[in-house]
Amino acid sequence: MTVIFGVFLLTLLLITGIAIVQTQNLFVSVMLSGMFSLLLAANFFLLDAADVALTEAAVGAGISTVLLLSALAITAKHEKAPSSNSNRVVALIVVTVTTLVLIYSTFDNPRFGDPNAAVHQHVGPWYMEKTAEAIDIPNVVTAVLGSFRGYDTLGEVFVVFTAGIGVLFLLGTPLGPFAPGNPYKSTDPKGLRHYLIPRVVGRMLIPFILLFGLYVQFHGEYGPGGGFQAGALIAAAIILYALLEGEDRALKVIPRGVLIGLIAGGALLYGTVGLFGIFLGSNFLDYSVLSSDTVHAQQMGLILIEAGVGITVTGVLLSIFHAFAARGKF
Amino acid sequence: MEQLLDITSWILMTLGGVFVFIGGLGALRMPDLYTRMHAAGITDSIAPILIVSGLILQAGLTLASVKLLAILVFLLLTGPTSSNALASAALLAGKRTEQAQPYVPESKE
Repeated sequence: MTVIFGVFLLTLLLITGIAIVQTQNLFVSVMLSGMFSLLLAANFFLLDAADVALTEAAVGAGISTVLLLSALAITAKHEKAPSSNSNRVVALIVVTVTTLVLIYSTFDNPRFGDPNAAVHQHVGPWYMEKTAEAIDIPNVVTAVLGSFRGYDTLGEVFVVFTAGIGVLFLLGTPLGPFAPGNPYKSTDPKGLRHYLIPRVVGRMLIPFILLFGLYVQFHGEYGPGGGFQAGALIAAAIILYALLEGEDRALKVIPRGVLIGLIAGGALLYGTVGLFGIFLGSNFLDYSVLSSDTVHAQQMGLILIEAGVGITVTGVLLSIFHAFAARGKF
Repeated sequence: MEQLLDITSWILMTLGGVFVFIGGLGALRMPDLYTRMHAAGITDSIAPILIVSGLILQAGLTLASVKLLAILVFLLLTGPTSSNALASAALLAGKRTEQAQPYVPESKE
């Protein structure tokens, strides 16, 4: 049954993908890519990857759709027609070759759900076995992500950090968006303030979205969730507020300076927790020396680094949104 | 009793599925945007009520039912709101049905 449903979802995914390529209207393709992410999230959930599904739903279907729409507000609404036919031939050849290589490479893949596949034989069993003993939390994903492979997650946080800085360099205006003399004034700073129904319902929902974000943040050790998902959810709540009440009010809630502080502060918190490991006489990102009880220390380290991840992700996503929104229309 | 609950829940879920199908059919077959949205609105309102009630009957008095109820409340709040926002946006953007009177957005602060 699960396999049938999975194949059904993958077929829908394929159809959506083809539709994205086919359509010339960029608004339609943004909406379709939101659907694509949602279908993918459902697929991840079917494969028991609840953490990834949550991330995909929050970031892919939620935030990136909003970001792409706000990017579309400052560009054209239709795709440009391809310039020449020779490019198309080259593209067709590249796509065909890549497809053939990918299909060829699937022949060596293990069968779906094969317990003897290489991934299940390498370090996986060790993680499953050691998590209960060393960290004592039910969600092994969080243990692997935060503690066993803390370096990778630190790298991811810095990727998000760098991406945020990059977008701010490209789009950010040195002046605030509503400062006098800013040439890129947003055309409609009031958002949907005049429009009653979404405003009432949206304002009713925002506290619950924030609460759910905090739950996902601090429940990440016990259930699906963690800093990345929570950061996206909290950013989504504030973006919803900005869409309903207008940019200026959202910036009053979390001003630009604070956002920059969040971006840097989260990554810094993560790095500092790592450095504390060194100062207390162990390795970088070894949390077990943070407290006298190693299991308790591991949990403390995990909560701290997850908080760092959440803070950076919230800051970056909100900054990118505000950077787009501040550009206004040309 | 057990069987009665099971039958009721399946009837509710099947009815919900039928309404989703009608909504999808309407969204494909109706002549213009507003009538299409009218059809699609069924999938936001009556269909989740029926399907989630059916699922709650399946789950019984457990934590899962409470979660399902929360999902239902969320869907009932957001679905009609987004339909309304979509219709209103279409109206402001100048989409008209043949019968509709011209709409002048009132400017108020």
